[in-house]
Amino acid sequence: MKNVLELLEHSAAKNPQKTAFTCEEKALTYKELLSGAKSIGSALIESFGAQKLPVAVYLPRGVECLEAMFGVVYSGNFYTVVDYEMPPERIRAVFDTLKPAAVITDEEGIQKISSLKIETRLFETLVNTPINVALLRAVREKSIDTDPLYALFTSGSTGVPKGAVLNHKNVLSYSQWFVDTFDITEETVFGSQTPFYFSMSVSDVFGTLRAGATLHIISKKYFSFPMPLLQYLNERQVNTIYWVPSALCILANWKALDYLKPEHLKKVLFAGEVMPTKQLNYWIEKLPDVQFANLFGPTETTDICTYYVVDRKFLDTETLPIGKACNNCDVFIVNENGALAKDGEEGELYARGSFLAMGYYGNPQKTAEAFVQNPLNPNYPETVYKTGDLVKYNEKGELIYITRKDFQIKHMGYRIELGEVEAAANSMPRVTACCALFDAVLDKIVLVVTGKKLSDDEMFTYLKTLLPDYMMPGEIIKIATMPYNSNGKIDRKWLSANYKTLKK
Amino acid sequence: MEQLIEILNSVKPGVDFKKEQNLIEDHILDSLTIVMLVAQLNDEFDIEITPLDIVPENFKSAEAIYKMIERLEEE
Repeated sequence: MKNVLELLEHSAAKNPQKTAFTCEEKALTYKELLSGAKSIGSALIESFGAQKLPVAVYLPRGVECLEAMFGVVYSGNFYTVVDYEMPPERIRAVFDTLKPAAVITDEEGIQKISSLKIETRLFETLVNTPINVALLRAVREKSIDTDPLYALFTSGSTGVPKGAVLNHKNVLSYSQWFVDTFDITEETVFGSQTPFYFSMSVSDVFGTLRAGATLHIISKKYFSFPMPLLQYLNERQVNTIYWVPSALCILANWKALDYLKPEHLKKVLFAGEVMPTKQLNYWIEKLPDVQFANLFGPTETTDICTYYVVDRKFLDTETLPIGKACNNCDVFIVNENGALAKDGEEGELYARGSFLAMGYYGNPQKTAEAFVQNPLNPNYPETVYKTGDLVKYNEKGELIYITRKDFQIKHMGYRIELGEVEAAANSMPRVTACCALFDAVLDKIVLVVTGKKLSDDEMFTYLKTLLPDYMMPGEIIKIATMPYNSNGKIDRKWLSANYKTLKK
Repeated sequence: MEQLIEILNSVKPGVDFKKEQNLIEDHILDSLTIVMLVAQLNDEFDIEITPLDIVPENFKSAEAIYKMIERLEEE
């Protein structure tokens, strides 16, 4: 297999009338998806050829967005999904780097980005173009598995967005691991939470295509309403979810599973941020027969490089391991001296293998910083990826995530991981979410928390039982609600910049 | 009602809550604002809003929210 479209074509040939993707308004069978994508592909080749050019997809999160994505792939170009809610100025920053050949959008989208003066193509027109079989065949014959498939933009620490370029081989290798490991089959029904411009969606979207499964896009508003969300999962008979922990915590914090259980659910997978053990324990208590797994990895390893299937009980104060490397992916830990870390020694996680992105689009400098020659291999060229994550092995041989390298701080002469401060605060009863920040100017750890009836005294007393003095927050800020970014994760960056304005 | 409008304005400034009838469909109240709002309503009105009450019908307008509060105060 050399092209991800073979996954779609195979599933469509096997089960053409089966529902592939749905959103609230619309559903697409495999046959319909295939035909729509081929139409879009034909139209794009006819207008600018198959030149491995970036094509932006700027559509609301729905089945049309997926049709457009695969349509771009049929055209022999590659896609970048742009958040439909993103302000035009931020889109401009992405487009400055990407310089897309065209933007696929709808009438409303054309209005929204009219100030960017960029070539737009109406989805409706593209999808109704007759399929040009000969052109599509010619494009496929020339395609190779290291051709770009998509570029996925993440916010760089400097504020300039970085676009990781992923190819067909990456997604073919990655999705193979994903369906094998979690037994994704034709019976699988996904309930998808993550947006298509976020790497987590690669797992459920391409897992669906590879297995011939069904995926229901859950609209964002459901995450405001715990009971309707659970009813929706039951109506659509969702048996597998792969969500960010914040989304799982919403249901846990409302104790919504006390009232209604997602009766078809068999697998709960999560990634993207640290899953607080207290809320995970609630899920496990309510759904003891469900498989839970913690997945870990960056966009640059397609989505995930290590995983841990929960196989034992954890106290609220313990943190979950990130487990072991995925099949066909290898990870290793490099210590401060650039050597392989010894047992239990912490260091930076490196990843190697077929899941690795090709680099950052139009950014050789950032690419060279993160994608480097394997420091342990002087013999032949071998690019590995530096994740920027600090990890170590526990006594069971499982990988333990410590923190982002950037989050590790020096305070009072100690090296401190803010993640540990967060784990301690999260374990406290009534804390519903938290985020630990370090104010380097004031040399102070700031803990931002949400939760009912929390007094400073009580929190400090509790934290003192878990944390050494030098790790104690200098300040605790209680807020009514945690800010989340567009992926649904706690918005650390915003909090760091704005925490002072939150003080009552 | 005045107290409710005040709370609504504190969690989401710049909205005419007396007028708006589609707080959910028009994306005025999102998931986080609702979490924040519910916490405040519980405290200020001394009620207990359970997940069963957190449905779009109860949050589509200030009036709907007020009705829910009245019902929960009686319980």
